[in-house]
Amino acid sequence: MSMLQIKNLRAKIDNNEILKGINLTVNAGEVHSIMGPNGSGKSTLAQVLARRESYEITGGEVLYNGKDLLAMKPEEAACEGVFMAFQYPVEIPGISNAYFLRAAVNAVRKYRGQDELDAMDFLPLVKEKMRLLEMDERFLNRPVNEGFSGGEKKRNEIVQMAVLEPKLALLDETDSGLDIDALKIVAKGVNSMRGKDRAILLVTHYQRLLDHIVPDFVHVLVNGRIAKSGGPELALELEQKGYSWTEPEPAGVR
Amino acid sequence: MSTINQIEDLTKQEYKWGFVTEVEEDRLAKGLDENTIRAISAKKNEPEFMLEWRLKAFRYWASQEKSQAEPTWANVKYPAIDYQDIVYYSAPKKKPELKSLDEVDPEILRTYEKLGIPLLEQQRLAGVAVDAVFDSVSVATTFKDKLSKLGVIFCSFSEAVQNHPDLVKKYLGTVVPYTDNFFAALNAAVFSDGSFVFVPKGVRCPMELSTYFRINAAETGQFERTLIVAEEGAYVSYLEGCTAPIRDENQLHAAVVELVALDDATIKYSTVQNWYPGDKEGKGGIYNFVTKRGKCAGKNSKISWTQVETGSSITWKYPSCILQGDNSIGEFYSVALTNNRQQADTGTKMIHLGKNTRSTIVSKGISAGYGQNTYRGMVKIQKGATGARNYTQCDSLLIGDKCGAHTFPYIEVKNASSSMEHEASTSKIGEDQIFYLQQRGISKEEAVSMIINGFCKQVFRELPMEFAVEAQKLLGISLEGSVG
Repeated sequence: MSMLQIKNLRAKIDNNEILKGINLTVNAGEVHSIMGPNGSGKSTLAQVLARRESYEITGGEVLYNGKDLLAMKPEEAACEGVFMAFQYPVEIPGISNAYFLRAAVNAVRKYRGQDELDAMDFLPLVKEKMRLLEMDERFLNRPVNEGFSGGEKKRNEIVQMAVLEPKLALLDETDSGLDIDALKIVAKGVNSMRGKDRAILLVTHYQRLLDHIVPDFVHVLVNGRIAKSGGPELALELEQKGYSWTEPEPAGVR
Repeated sequence: MSTINQIEDLTKQEYKWGFVTEVEEDRLAKGLDENTIRAISAKKNEPEFMLEWRLKAFRYWASQEKSQAEPTWANVKYPAIDYQDIVYYSAPKKKPELKSLDEVDPEILRTYEKLGIPLLEQQRLAGVAVDAVFDSVSVATTFKDKLSKLGVIFCSFSEAVQNHPDLVKKYLGTVVPYTDNFFAALNAAVFSDGSFVFVPKGVRCPMELSTYFRINAAETGQFERTLIVAEEGAYVSYLEGCTAPIRDENQLHAAVVELVALDDATIKYSTVQNWYPGDKEGKGGIYNFVTKRGKCAGKNSKISWTQVETGSSITWKYPSCILQGDNSIGEFYSVALTNNRQQADTGTKMIHLGKNTRSTIVSKGISAGYGQNTYRGMVKIQKGATGARNYTQCDSLLIGDKCGAHTFPYIEVKNASSSMEHEASTSKIGEDQIFYLQQRGISKEEAVSMIINGFCKQVFRELPMEFAVEAQKLLGISLEGSVG
């Protein structure tokens, strides 16, 4: 059974249809990259899969490990192992990173019927992941994302991903706003999490992320539909030719 | 689903602590005139000076009432109060002297247990001395021995009038005179009991002093009066917390708190207020019209107010500091939450008189449902207050789109060497914040509670530990259901 089966998914926001029939199958162990021009629906796809409620589903279905993902609340999807690294991580003033992350880990553990971790068990775990992402331990005591630079926020997302160990990771433009050094660190963190039980969906504009995290499949999203799919070489082709090259393909070809 | 719909609902929780305890009562008939005052004073077996003072207060109040001087400037709305339709005194029937908690009416003890504050547990676990005010008369006072060895007096106001009349006479009304305002005058005339604390020169009170207030008898206005005096170099931390049972009729509460800090003394006063706020339509609930003021009378003295206000249908309350002594410090940390139809008009006054006096104001207002939350603050720097400094931070958080937040800061500066800072912000709990936390596995209600606790952190950290935990829970309970 595939981990994720998206069938003819349609979604809209504010009466604006963004996803116009997405079909995609992702198996455990695979890394898929979703590319496409601005406004093509890449981020919407990630957010719909993370169950953001501001999007209205207008058609299709999504099976996640055989379960109806679209029937889940965001926290249920999270507890079932769906993680999204946000394009714009949100600030939560007054709540420390450590407190927040432990609350998250324990919410997931509770859902799975596991004992909650106390601070003594939790801190070594999170510190290990922070070292991997080259983040200073001081970030643990700072309010979530408050006063973090763009790069620090993105690394903080990957720390969270590493601590939460999701089955399906959705990375929404994790490379945007990163300089090349930070990009390499983030890529190292993501690559360390590749494994046969985990699938990763990379949403990105640019080929450069894919130099560091090499995907198994590349899909090009245009106007709410997947216009083209291929291997990593497709990303290189896009880099040379631009997205306009995929657009003339008529929708009826599907 | 729209953001507004998502954020709208956090309110559907019934008042968790609504129940009525059956205790035999000794009460006066409804109504207020000089005979009522004499009856209260007689019941309490008060010395002549108290009766005189009460009568003067009553006459002042009556003249104010006649000229319709009940304050109307606050940003709150309520039907006119019929002051003749209130019972001004009710006491649990006197039993012979109580030597220990075992002798306290088991009904009363059960009430405290329902509230989750068993006195015995509290003594044992928290090392907190509790002067439990049940309705209008104190029924149990603990830890007295330990405190009395240090010369600390912690007792009900009635006891203080009997046993320490000189101290009462010396300080009563020196910070909040009965002419101060309409409700303070009413309180001075009819107050039935309250707490009295006296910490002598050089003594650091070794434990937090705590009183749980509870309004119980139906239709009984409760008029508490608290007086805390810290002599030179003394330190005391006082906790006040309250809950009340469900009532259909509005209950008037007009308390007065006076604090006096002499040279180098510090008084820390913390409140968690959770009186019945009324139902979702605003029916019932407590009118909480309180005058709280501290005087930093001596040099280097400090008075710090911390309040978490989640209850009452109407709150009218401005814990203030008169910074008279040079280098004295006044602080006000406040969280005020209004949900459903609750209205709060609260804030502080910092009156700088002495040189190099400093004040800090941190106010966090949270509005949900149809709640209306007003911050009203005054910082006054008088001519002699050379080098005075004030910092004010005033933040409002809105949940949903039917509530309101209002800010009225008044600043009056008569000394050019002073400095003032004022910061203010208004924000909405964002759908993006909630989604972020949900995406990490945290439920929507926990997410809202976490965001609110983060918003209030600057205030919570000023509270004593066990109080801070209670306050966080209280906010969670008060907002349950208001985010759908």
